[in-house]
Amino acid sequence: MNTTPSGTFDVAVIGAGIVGSAIARKLAGYELGVALLDARDDVGDGTSKANTAILHTGFDARPGTLEARLVREGYRLLSEYAGRTGIPVERTGALLVAWNAEELAALPGLREKAERNGYDRTEIVGPDEVYRQVPHLGEGALGGLTVPDESIICTWTVNLALATEAVLRGATLLLNRAVRAVEERDGVTVLRTSGGEVRARWVVNAAGLGADVIDRLFGHDRFTVTPRRGELLVYDKLARPLVDRIVLPVPTALGKGVLISPTIYGNVMLGPTAEDLTDRTDTATSAEGLAFLLGKGEKLMPELLREEVSATYAGLRAASDHADYLIEADAGRRYILAGGIRSTGLTSGMAVAEHVAELAGEAGLPLVPREDLPEPPRMPNLGEAYLRPYQDAARIAADPAYGTVVCFCERVTAGEIRDAFRSPIPPASLEGLRRRTRVMNGRCQGFFCGAEVKKLMGAAGGSAPAPCPPSPEDGR
Amino acid sequence: MTTGTTTLTPAVVIVGAGPSGLSAARELAPKVDGGVLVLERESTAGGIPRHSDHPGYGIRDMRRFMSGPAYARRLVRQAEAAGATIRTNATVTNWAGDRVIEATTPQGRIRVEARAVVLATGARERPRPARLIPGDRARGVYTTGHLQNLVHLHHGKVGRRAVIAGAELVSWSAALTLREAGCRTVLMTTEYPRPDSYLLFSAPGRLLFGTRVATRTRVTRIIGRPALEAVEIENLDTGARRIVECDTLVLTGDWIPDHELARTGGIALDPGTKGPLVDSALRTDRPGVFAAGNVLHPVDTADIAALDGVHVARSVLAWLDGRGTPAGQVRLVADPPFRWVAPEILRPGDPAPARRRLLLWTDRHIPFPRIVLRQSGKVVASRRLWWPAAPGRVFRVPSDVLRGVDPAGGTVHVGVDA
Repeated sequence: MNTTPSGTFDVAVIGAGIVGSAIARKLAGYELGVALLDARDDVGDGTSKANTAILHTGFDARPGTLEARLVREGYRLLSEYAGRTGIPVERTGALLVAWNAEELAALPGLREKAERNGYDRTEIVGPDEVYRQVPHLGEGALGGLTVPDESIICTWTVNLALATEAVLRGATLLLNRAVRAVEERDGVTVLRTSGGEVRARWVVNAAGLGADVIDRLFGHDRFTVTPRRGELLVYDKLARPLVDRIVLPVPTALGKGVLISPTIYGNVMLGPTAEDLTDRTDTATSAEGLAFLLGKGEKLMPELLREEVSATYAGLRAASDHADYLIEADAGRRYILAGGIRSTGLTSGMAVAEHVAELAGEAGLPLVPREDLPEPPRMPNLGEAYLRPYQDAARIAADPAYGTVVCFCERVTAGEIRDAFRSPIPPASLEGLRRRTRVMNGRCQGFFCGAEVKKLMGAAGGSAPAPCPPSPEDGR
Repeated sequence: MTTGTTTLTPAVVIVGAGPSGLSAARELAPKVDGGVLVLERESTAGGIPRHSDHPGYGIRDMRRFMSGPAYARRLVRQAEAAGATIRTNATVTNWAGDRVIEATTPQGRIRVEARAVVLATGARERPRPARLIPGDRARGVYTTGHLQNLVHLHHGKVGRRAVIAGAELVSWSAALTLREAGCRTVLMTTEYPRPDSYLLFSAPGRLLFGTRVATRTRVTRIIGRPALEAVEIENLDTGARRIVECDTLVLTGDWIPDHELARTGGIALDPGTKGPLVDSALRTDRPGVFAAGNVLHPVDTADIAALDGVHVARSVLAWLDGRGTPAGQVRLVADPPFRWVAPEILRPGDPAPARRRLLLWTDRHIPFPRIVLRQSGKVVASRRLWWPAAPGRVFRVPSDVLRGVDPAGGTVHVGVDA
């Protein structure tokens, strides 16, 4: 049961972020014709691309919520998936640091909450242990709570792996399709998009920042998404020896606060800010946001501020006025909403997909498992903790392109850039190439390689080349 | 050792084939047994002058007046003629011993075990993130290096209306490049009260380019997505802000040494220059590891970097001859308005610094500065100089001011008489 001659899909998933890609991948594992739509020119170009990239245990979720359950399950699913596909993960652990009596008093409650969330490996530690674990922490820490299984992960590769596997399983990726209107015709939903009509029997809304708008097109009025801007400072790799685990503040009523974390690329991150906006596309950084982070950083880890900043990012998270994830099926409209999935969606995405499939099955979508599923893709490794092509003598000997370093700061080779353009979902822009290879993400930001990269992109075809047959990557 | 890794054992390995590395190679190659290997990560040797396609190179080292690319080619020819081996596309990735480095090349991974190492890795301009300029993530924002690479080496296109942040020597170099690319520079900004470049550029430069220089001004916001539309600038004295329409922004100056290899090797850095801490013989704190060029003084002109290369070659030869580091040292420290001084260490019996000059960087313009050296609170030298100390370029002080320094004394502070 694939698309009919008239081009009607069984399911259209709106939004190719982590949640939408995971759903499309899951549904493409059944005998279904699946379309994965996105408004942008690439997968993972919205909220999924700029987050704190932490694989959460869910220790601090609100117990009993759908979010708590799906984050817990998602942690397990994504950890396992990362191992199979080569998504880099580092189990650094986290340390929540209490800076005043009130925060110190909150630690036992957090430990108990973690236990109610099924996570029992936290431990309350005194100041000596805090400074033993993070020697460069600023003065004044009173105690902490360890969360040994919090991990860092490459959010870009997660998104790309899920979308790539969806495509390998036969899903049709339709980029540059912003959904403008929805019509119902003879049991088929017609999505009128900026790139033409897309027809599908079932529709899954995983539109992230736009999920409430799409939801209203289906006649619902359940929630409102507020874009919450988070600005981040990414420090040079030379700062990495300062901190080897995630340093979290004790959450307060005002939110989760500012953290310091190693990144999977070998840098150190300070952020995020939390600022509610009205413009759902405004990813500018602000003088106030940067000043706020520098102020926080001065207390948290003064030595970090003496290092160079490699990048500043502003990402939008989809904050919702609904306290939990909002995942519901409307059997009559053959429509499923996966909305209100805030920053935890990176961790929970695969569990959200399982949940959506279950709801869809109950609502009447026939789910017949396919028996001829291809192997999951092996993703190129972007993680600093694992072997990268420039270090791999055997690989360079087999193909000199992996010995031709194009981006000196991030040590990205011509071979990796070539592979990105030949992959099932090639980049459509420099930004897309950066997320697939790390090219130009380093300390010089193109001083040395910017022009060379532009040339390679031109050589790869100004328009994105047609998807070639997948070439499995030996990532690790 | 990993399979597929080739081991090389030259007498000297030089990291970086810019003016200082190539000059060092040219001097050393005829004089050492065992060979001189230069590793360059770019596909062409020559360094920054390759993409500075305007005259003004080679003045002090070659006694010529030539273009950047011609100068770079000449340096390469000389080094090769002298017998040095230059390997391009060779990115040094890590240390594997005190004088052992590893590199990635298209021909495979290589391990280089040398008797002496010269770090000649140069400097780069801080890009937008490091300058913490807020605003949109717009296309059309460059550093001078990125711009010149794009225009001169790749013949790429830039926009039509540019703002240049900075009014230093390198900023005018960016203006020349923009003009060649058909892009008008509508404004240059500097945070200092006056343009910082040589008068040669500042006065006729303004007439030549028709460019206004806004002093005491900084760029406070980048506007436009996906492409640059304007920048917001602020007058530092009045706080007044205004919008300047442009499709190109070039961030110039604000140099930082490419010190990563030194730092990951555990070699001591000077907090002022952020480059390796060196003595007047250009030794780092690791025996047999030397440094030369703009990684030590970000940044001086290419010819000065080249003469560093000549200077370091003598020290490398002495090391290879078995001559050790003299005992005892005096530390040099820059006092405000100076940001740094290089070299930072004096040792008894060592040669004078390269070109018999101390190099300093000032944050304030002083027309005829009186340089004062104090050691243990006592003035050991005081000299009026008849050239200005100007922000945005290296201020050079004759090293004979050091004559009164007590080689057994304490730290020497280099400042100006108020």
